[in-house]
Amino acid sequence: MSAAALTVALAGNPNCGKTTLFNNLTGARQKVGNYPGVTVEKREGFCHCRIGEPLRVIDLPGTYSLTAYSEDERVARRYIVRENPDVVANVVDASNLERNLYLTVQLLELERPSVLVLNMTDVADSRGIRVNDKILTDRLGVSVERTVGSRNLGTDELAAALACSVCRPAQPFTLDYGPEVENAIAVLQGRLSANKLEYPARWTAIKLLENDAEIVELVSTLPDGQSMLALAGNLRADLEQATGIDPEMLIANQRYGFVQTLILSAMAADDSDMKTTSDRIDAVLTHRIFGLPIFFGLMWLLFTMVFTFGEYPQTMIEDGFAWLGEFIGATLPDGGLKSLLVEGVIGGVGGVVVFLPNILLLFLGISILEDSGYMARAAFLMDRVMRSAGLHGKSFIPLLLGFGCNVPAIMGARTLDNPRDRLVTILVTPLMSCSARLPVYTVLIAAFFNDAIAGAVLFSIYFLGIVMAIVMAKLFRSVLFPGESEPFVMEMPPYHLPSVRSTLLHMWERAILYLKKAGTIILAVSVLVWFLTNYPGAAPEESYAGIIGHFFEPVLTPLGFDWRIAVSLFAGFTAKEVLVSTLGTIYAIGANGDTAMSLTQALAADPMFSPVTAYALMVFVLLYAPCLPTVAVIRRETNSWKWAGFSVIYPTLLAWVMAYAVVQIGRLIV
Amino acid sequence: MKRKTTLSQLVPSESAVVLRVVGGGPVQRRIVDMGMVPGARITVQKFAPLGDPMEIKVKGFNLSLRKSEAAKIEVEVG
Repeated sequence: MSAAALTVALAGNPNCGKTTLFNNLTGARQKVGNYPGVTVEKREGFCHCRIGEPLRVIDLPGTYSLTAYSEDERVARRYIVRENPDVVANVVDASNLERNLYLTVQLLELERPSVLVLNMTDVADSRGIRVNDKILTDRLGVSVERTVGSRNLGTDELAAALACSVCRPAQPFTLDYGPEVENAIAVLQGRLSANKLEYPARWTAIKLLENDAEIVELVSTLPDGQSMLALAGNLRADLEQATGIDPEMLIANQRYGFVQTLILSAMAADDSDMKTTSDRIDAVLTHRIFGLPIFFGLMWLLFTMVFTFGEYPQTMIEDGFAWLGEFIGATLPDGGLKSLLVEGVIGGVGGVVVFLPNILLLFLGISILEDSGYMARAAFLMDRVMRSAGLHGKSFIPLLLGFGCNVPAIMGARTLDNPRDRLVTILVTPLMSCSARLPVYTVLIAAFFNDAIAGAVLFSIYFLGIVMAIVMAKLFRSVLFPGESEPFVMEMPPYHLPSVRSTLLHMWERAILYLKKAGTIILAVSVLVWFLTNYPGAAPEESYAGIIGHFFEPVLTPLGFDWRIAVSLFAGFTAKEVLVSTLGTIYAIGANGDTAMSLTQALAADPMFSPVTAYALMVFVLLYAPCLPTVAVIRRETNSWKWAGFSVIYPTLLAWVMAYAVVQIGRLIV
Repeated sequence: MKRKTTLSQLVPSESAVVLRVVGGGPVQRRIVDMGMVPGARITVQKFAPLGDPMEIKVKGFNLSLRKSEAAKIEVEVG
């Protein structure tokens, strides 16, 4: 990155086509990170356009407003003020001008050089909406550029306009809030301008009248901050007295009033209340009777695509790594290095790469659902059900995917915009019994339950996972985030065909992020676990893992498990299906013959086990710490070691409690 | 014949004008930011299959919100 490049911040509403424009400008030359200290994603890229300077482009989170209530909005306004981008490109959906301009006027009040980007002009044209650019330029003091992001039209012209927008000083923009508010602003502004402020004085004054939490805090640190806050409080009370309405609402109403007046002169539209194509599609897709069956059908398709189609490349990857392991095993002399390479490194890398097909397919599916606009409808259809579990309508998709594999499922939680809903969903998703746990159940059920009840036993385990997820979600919601739940006020964007380019970019980006962020953790811990299970002695009893197993044995005794189970559970942390092979090693079953079958017989013959203990073990395996790749993904998605740690600790405690309950109830019955 | 009620009481295809949004806090602010300002005309599109949330049209776009939120929006029909 050259330091001389101009910085452009892309701002705008969600669904205004901002990200598509960002992709058009930067192509695949983009990187995704996080804004410092928050989970909001930060995308930046480089634009080498044919004309003008290279540009550094930052895609700010999509927002409808700039309040202090949501993290996205705080991030956007802080970035514009603190990072001081050379120009703000305010992307506006031309077919939805009024609500989009409401954000525009707030952005302009931050007093940065701006360019107004009228995007989706093709949609606006088809709806008979005509916008007069000149009037917008005159009233708002910004130059206007037209683009059609979906067809990559106007991108070069936009880049050129952004590059030379810097030569022109920003036109001051002042929205007139009416005499009462303006007087209050003037009083506060006078007091504020004596201080060195981060934000523009007028903007800060307006925010004080809106009682904006972040700005109130900021002002309280000023030398005479307390008296200023008291003054603001008085002014707010006076305003409410004079107008009969809360100042925050008053100011919002005035902004919309200004925009409405502007629209009247700058936009001509045919009947805006006519039935759009989206309304006609919705007549089917969110239909009172057919809506839900269609939704479940689409979910079935998504699940099938991710896990059934994903299985073929997955098997190929597994076979490839197995072959590589054998090849290295055959060429290297026996010893520590060979074991490290074959079992530690190749096993670890294989354990990372094997999830790639799932992740790519999942993001193909999610990207199509998101970009087409169906995701908002899915939330609309499912919200009533999910809310009763303390979750959001959109939580359904990650939870459903959890039955296949928790790793892509947790990545699927990114469709949730609000951080609280996302976190609660991420924390309970691992309670969905993934397919890797199935071999453990299969072996135990075959050993201790007759065929007549096997199906019911298996179903009960899956069902317990769902019940626990609901219970924990409700608990987290009330303990971690007490108080008012987040509003469910969601735009239902117009349907449109997803662009192939954006979808492929999205898939590619997620895969790279997974490999970089989660992959390194998975590999490191895989090698560590290999070390612990192979040293100082290779036999399970003599290894560090065995020592750890013995150490934890007292904790597991009340559940009827001994150290061997402790070692298997520990090894199962890398991947749950490893539990079976570890038990196989411990019960000294060779690789020849049918491992699962002979393991079943060995378990059935073990006096430690009874059907109750076996069931308790299944419950424990269902609930205890998610596998390592899942934890790594949780770390990546929450951007916090704290939550990753919590996601290991709470399910393990829960597993112990539930398994203990099984043992106690089992005693009473048997 | 004008009557005052809340948005949550309306039925599909009914149209009304927003009088004010009550309740305070982020929910109220979010609703207003989405264009539910006094004088805005809204039309109820439909309710979700399970009866909640509801979908409305306001300022030319579609918005879904829960009935509990719609109850905070005072409207005038007629």
